[in-house]
Amino acid sequence: MFFFVPLLVMLGVSLASRGTYGGVEWTWTLTNYLRLADPLYWNIYLRSVLLAGVTTGVCLVLGFPLAYVMARASPRIQNLLLFLAMIPFWTNFLVRTYAWMFILRTKGVMNTGLMSLGLIDQPIEILYTDSAVLLGLVYGYLPFMVLPLYVAIERIAPSLEEAAQDLYAGGWAVFWRVIFPLSKPGIVAGCVLVFIPSLGAFITPHLLGGGRSMMLGTLIQHEFLVIRDWPFGSALSFLLMVLLLSLTVSFFKRQGLADRT
Amino acid sequence: MRKLLKKLVGVAGVIALLGCSPSSSDGDPKGSDTGTSQVLYYFTWSDYVDRDLVQGFERRTGARVVVDTFSSNEELLAKVQSGVSGYDVVVPSDFMVSIMAMQGLLAELELSGIPNAELIDPFLQQLPFDPHHKFSLPYFWGTVGIGYDSSVILTPPTSWEILWDPRYKGRISMLDDQREVIGLALRAMGYSLNSRDPALIERAKQKLIQQKPLVKVYTSESFDQLLVSGDVVLAHAWGGPIARAMRERPSIRYVVPREGGTIWTDCLAVLNTSRHKALAFRFINYLLETDVAVATSNRLLFASSNRFVKDRVDPGVRNNPAVYPPDAVIERMEWMVDAGEAIRFYDRAWTELKVH
Repeated sequence: MFFFVPLLVMLGVSLASRGTYGGVEWTWTLTNYLRLADPLYWNIYLRSVLLAGVTTGVCLVLGFPLAYVMARASPRIQNLLLFLAMIPFWTNFLVRTYAWMFILRTKGVMNTGLMSLGLIDQPIEILYTDSAVLLGLVYGYLPFMVLPLYVAIERIAPSLEEAAQDLYAGGWAVFWRVIFPLSKPGIVAGCVLVFIPSLGAFITPHLLGGGRSMMLGTLIQHEFLVIRDWPFGSALSFLLMVLLLSLTVSFFKRQGLADRT
Repeated sequence: MRKLLKKLVGVAGVIALLGCSPSSSDGDPKGSDTGTSQVLYYFTWSDYVDRDLVQGFERRTGARVVVDTFSSNEELLAKVQSGVSGYDVVVPSDFMVSIMAMQGLLAELELSGIPNAELIDPFLQQLPFDPHHKFSLPYFWGTVGIGYDSSVILTPPTSWEILWDPRYKGRISMLDDQREVIGLALRAMGYSLNSRDPALIERAKQKLIQQKPLVKVYTSESFDQLLVSGDVVLAHAWGGPIARAMRERPSIRYVVPREGGTIWTDCLAVLNTSRHKALAFRFINYLLETDVAVATSNRLLFASSNRFVKDRVDPGVRNNPAVYPPDAVIERMEWMVDAGEAIRFYDRAWTELKVH
């Protein structure tokens, strides 16, 4: 119910047209969906998918060793690390993003610190760039990668690694031929959990990107609130949903096939 | 989009504020009346919250006032459009008055119940969005100009063109507002900021694309903080936040370039759904009272619509061009009116600028 009713309303609105003063007029039309194909918006889709993809990749590369260390630590350390991974969630995401703005500013904590240490003599201009958005997204969604990975790796018996080593497998071979295949469910779950919110992210690109470019999330917000074009905003949201849904389904389908073989 | 994200800060402030006042409430405007005293729900900008102001009205009438805040016109409209917001008095900006009136959201004012409407400055009367004050009365007003750091920019800017000066590359902020930014480019080229001509809007867009490499950030929320911290030295800005930024960094100045720009006013209006219209009119009348308006203008650093206020505020406030611009400046300003169907051209130009 909670999922489908708003969805149906959204579908209905996406087929209507915008009134002059921003209301919804119930004349049925497909123009909103035709507008989605406008090359103007391709750039936005492409950038959003790319940025979400890179975020997912970076999270995976950073998250895997982290999850591995967590999974192989002693139970006490394990609890402590899990606890540490949870702490950021105690503070509102918006507040944490604001904190990043203070850190990354031209005259912020990072630059004054590095300059007083003499490591740099020119401030690093990172706030309000794509790099800042990437940093913010990785920061925000890394726990969503680490936790499923941790669960998956913890399930792999350490004896399997020992067995591989006994069979003269080097460190890389142990990882690539034993741990990686066995942690695949965690990898897939982590990637899906990171990719989906990154693609529709609004706060991070808005605050750290400095409004210099648009992402899917900011475009949808813009259409709904500023332009008051609810029909087109709904069509965009619908596109995003369909994209994510098909992606998730295909992920899990492949996962299911892989499990059976 | 104005200050959408300051909301959090604003809401926290209001909670803190209501928490220590006798009118303590959970801020839920749908809460029921106690019956013994009337409750008025006032929905205003987060920077217009003034505890003393509300308490004064409560003392005088015995009614309770519950304050809730928004940080953009869009947010206000979205809440009110639901039809069950429960608010009585709201403060939409000029162009939003016409949108809300067209949608039938505003109640007609009974001016006989608001004698202080007479005190409103003549230049704020007969404005295009509501010429006969049928739905709204101007409350605070101000301008859009350039906030700059006079320790870096030694000669005061006279033209918008300084925002295209490559010497300040990476140290310029622009409002994140399509009408304001495209309107600025139109004014800089000598046209009306309300132009509906797609060819002109296209030219404005080209001009802004040229400027984009120089712009550090498009923001309507933090340009004042960025000026204070020195991250930017030139900011396309609303006057009010710049006036407050001056208190933190005295080298900050405010100027409206010779080409002129937007003048705006936030207006008091009553919602059609209000159940206490008489009390709402009384509240509006109270807010426009000279003594009350002088105190608020001093505290909040906004220009009051009451024509007797300017001469009575502190000299520091009166002579601050970010609060009360000189008369010569007012003459070259232009009211922003709803673009109607032409909003599509603005929308497209803006998106093209952003993806460029």
